[in-house]
Amino acid sequence: MAEMDVSSGGSHKKGPGVKKSKKLSTRVDLTPMVDLGFLLITFFVFTTTMAQSTAMKMNEPKDDKVEDQMKVKESAVMTILLGKENQVYYYYGSLTEDNASENFKSTNFKEIRKLIRDKRNSVPDGDKPSSDLMYIIKSDDESTFKNSIDILDEMAICAVPSGHYAVVDMSDSELNLIKLTEQANGIK
Amino acid sequence: MPKVKLPRKSTIVDMTAMCDVAFLLLTFFILATKQKPPEVLAVKTPTSVSATAAPDESILITMTKEGKVFLMLGDKTKKDKIIDDFNTTRGLQLTTSELNKLKKMEFIGLPANMLKSALNLPREIPATEMAGIPIDTANNELTYWMRSVTNAYAGEDERKLQEMLLVKGDGETLYPIFDKVKRAFKANDLLKFRIVTEGEQVPLGSELYKTGKVKE
Repeated sequence: MAEMDVSSGGSHKKGPGVKKSKKLSTRVDLTPMVDLGFLLITFFVFTTTMAQSTAMKMNEPKDDKVEDQMKVKESAVMTILLGKENQVYYYYGSLTEDNASENFKSTNFKEIRKLIRDKRNSVPDGDKPSSDLMYIIKSDDESTFKNSIDILDEMAICAVPSGHYAVVDMSDSELNLIKLTEQANGIK
Repeated sequence: MPKVKLPRKSTIVDMTAMCDVAFLLLTFFILATKQKPPEVLAVKTPTSVSATAAPDESILITMTKEGKVFLMLGDKTKKDKIIDDFNTTRGLQLTTSELNKLKKMEFIGLPANMLKSALNLPREIPATEMAGIPIDTANNELTYWMRSVTNAYAGEDERKLQEMLLVKGDGETLYPIFDKVKRAFKANDLLKFRIVTEGEQVPLGSELYKTGKVKE
């Protein structure tokens, strides 16, 4: 099989005056084909592993009666609100009419991780976050599915234990504040 | 000194064998990797750091960008039971041949009152032309579907269903759609489910990265 081009010219003498016709080898150089083969292999290996979809666990709370609801310490609560156009709003503790103007802030998905982490570390209990720590996530009707998944993912990234964050419906006053902030920030 | 004539050897190596190996590997990879289920509905899922692979057999709820909701019953052993149950509990009065047609459909994405007429059409409606399962607050038909699902799995290990229950949605789907799907689950006491996402690297330096525990 091995290709050995060792033919020394003129082994067949065809007499004088007859032109030597070169015998062409039928062998084809397979190097490009090998290249192509391996290229395709690499392509298949990469695409198949990348496309593997993962599953994220979701635990929904039961619809509790009002008297069964868990009370949380105000100082350890951070409420994250998801608005349209990937906007994120947040406030600490509870929102009253007096403190809304300075407590209610807007941010985005890039900054929120730091804020979540800061909050987590601000109420420590030894190395672990305090058992009071609570993140409340509320989604606007105009936020997207991606936003809700992203914020839950941020919780996982910041290693917030499950049970320390909850998805809750938004109240009208919060909705109003978002509307006002959106107008002020010029988000349509 | 007589001239010693060294035989000139070619440096060309025969590539045939290597070529064979390359294509053998290629064939192996193509055949060994499981073909992804046909994506009739174009959905671009959000990403997450979760590392658990999504199960193959699943009860899959798909939410499209337009806000349509589809149901895919991937568990072949229970599919017939779920559809039969839905037929009786909702009083659809589908005939056996209609039921068989419905069972052959990959996606369920029609309002219950349209099912009978749609199944009698000469051609099968492609998923892209379906209206989706209605999930309005007043008429959340997904709740009934999920009831049939829970009925079919009644008496079995709860965790089995929890692990199979998947929600897949396009990133641009608006939140209320997802909220209504969650409500349909909640109405049937299905509080644990999974969301199909695309894998993502854990950001360096994050808490999760430091603990090194990448779980769900």
